[in-house]
Amino acid sequence: MEPLGRQEAAMTTQQVIATQQTQVVATEQTQVLGRALLSPAVVLLFIWMIVPLAMTIYFSTLHYTLMDSENWSFVGLENFRYFLTDPAFLTSLQNTLVLVGSVLAITILLGTPLALLLDQPVIGRSVVRLMVIAPFFVMPTVSALVWKNLLMHPVSGLFAWIANLFGLTPIDWFNDAPMLAVILIVAWQWLPFATLILLTALQSQDEEQKEAAEMDGASALSTFIYLTLPHLARPITVVVLIETIFLLTVFAEIFVTTGGGPGLQTTNIAFLIYSQALIQFDVGNASAGGLVAVVIANIVAFFLVRIIGRNLEV
Amino acid sequence: MARKVTSRHVWMSTAAAWLFGFLIFLPILWMFLASFKSELDAFAMPPKFLFFHWTTENYATVQQRSDYVHHALNSIIIAGGSTLIAMLIAVPAAWSMAFSPTKRTKDVLLWMLSTKMMPPVGVLVPIYLVYRDFGLLDSRAGLVLILCLGNLPIVIWMLFTYFKEIPKDILEAARMDGATIGRELVYVLTPMAIPGLASTLLLNFILAWNEAFWTLNLSTLEAAPLTVFIASYSSPEGLFWAKLSAASTLAIAPIIILGWFTQRQLVRGLTFGAVK
Repeated sequence: MEPLGRQEAAMTTQQVIATQQTQVVATEQTQVLGRALLSPAVVLLFIWMIVPLAMTIYFSTLHYTLMDSENWSFVGLENFRYFLTDPAFLTSLQNTLVLVGSVLAITILLGTPLALLLDQPVIGRSVVRLMVIAPFFVMPTVSALVWKNLLMHPVSGLFAWIANLFGLTPIDWFNDAPMLAVILIVAWQWLPFATLILLTALQSQDEEQKEAAEMDGASALSTFIYLTLPHLARPITVVVLIETIFLLTVFAEIFVTTGGGPGLQTTNIAFLIYSQALIQFDVGNASAGGLVAVVIANIVAFFLVRIIGRNLEV
Repeated sequence: MARKVTSRHVWMSTAAAWLFGFLIFLPILWMFLASFKSELDAFAMPPKFLFFHWTTENYATVQQRSDYVHHALNSIIIAGGSTLIAMLIAVPAAWSMAFSPTKRTKDVLLWMLSTKMMPPVGVLVPIYLVYRDFGLLDSRAGLVLILCLGNLPIVIWMLFTYFKEIPKDILEAARMDGATIGRELVYVLTPMAIPGLASTLLLNFILAWNEAFWTLNLSTLEAAPLTVFIASYSSPEGLFWAKLSAASTLAIAPIIILGWFTQRQLVRGLTFGAVK
């Protein structure tokens, strides 16, 4: 029951009792209604969470390929043994970690100074902010193809021209450094996200505290280290966790640029599972891989949900 | 700006900010310019920046290929449909959690959030097989369904945070005046909730428009939205840079403009209230 507000103070006792009664009725009514309104969403999300996952678990115990779908058999944990000891798994796990780690490092290390810069008095700041945010709204297939062709093409790309200007040999990105190319594309897409969140956090920082520090003769550097960085610790953590969840399953950028290659050089776990499922049609093995991906994502999700839950007032 | 700043400071930070802003925006700008070049100029080395023969023929070509319009329509139907259905399910749920919370509300919210963290690739196999068996592969209905479920947790969360901001005193006042729940909903809550509803709608439309895992895996031609259409330019024999640029510009321009209106909501919608 909510504590009664100020208006009630002026009422007669009778009115107060009457009001309380209607409120009790209203509250009971509301709660029944509340449950009725909530249940469609809960039921749908519950089915969406449980059914496909249960099917994945079931398929992961079968020897089952779509090429030969009549002949399926129960094999227990054989698929997991196969998937986890497959050299392709280790390579793609390594690629996934390199991709996630590098993109996180780039977006945080560039996003923090960029957010600090945009927090300064800048003429035309809103326009600059629009330019910085724009890449986040570009669909992944467009950014991947524009980068691959218009920018990174070894002969006619913009980067090749810049390299030539400085007398350097242009890099043949997708043959010589395919993973780096994918990392740059994905980092470009996520830099706006990190910058925007860190900027939002900076704008909520206590200005007076900073002024006081400056008046006490603190240098800009020590103000940054002792005031701003601790203030940014939480938003940075949030950026890291949210980006990790999305970066673990980068798919479209790889799909349209390298197709996981050359060899396995740009195959991450998501792409490996995709190719086992929809190219090799190995349902059992892909399902086992899918569960491995779920477990990895859940480790990150556990920490993220805890941080969000701590901040949540109901 | 409360603090005194020197004009030198302003000029330096302005110059640096514009430089970085320009560099980040450059790929989009370069694509935009290429969309007005002839295919030959688009490949030209050294690159032609502004002094080339400007032409809109790429846009005409892209339009003439009626399949562009077809895919654009698919994008609108899939993104719009999935967002609207998600809103229909989410508004009552968020309303109930914001205005009559129970002891379990917090757990329910966090549980809903955790469903969003499931990697789509983890359930690719069963979804693909179920869709195949129910004839939902390459169907708009199938994509609407899966994008709706995928975005539902974000929609509920965003709406919840907006509804939470509507002061409860107003509701109590309305109740004391004898307003029924129905009237309360129509006359008190709805007008106050409209800004939140609008931004939730917008952000989730954008997310659905750009979704490129399920659309690439579950559609090929008939139901393929723009994400898949653009991906078809990745084959080596189909490399027409100017046309790729024109098609891409058409595919992203409306969304970038919509997106610029949702900057604030972006932080809120994607951090689930963890950053304010």
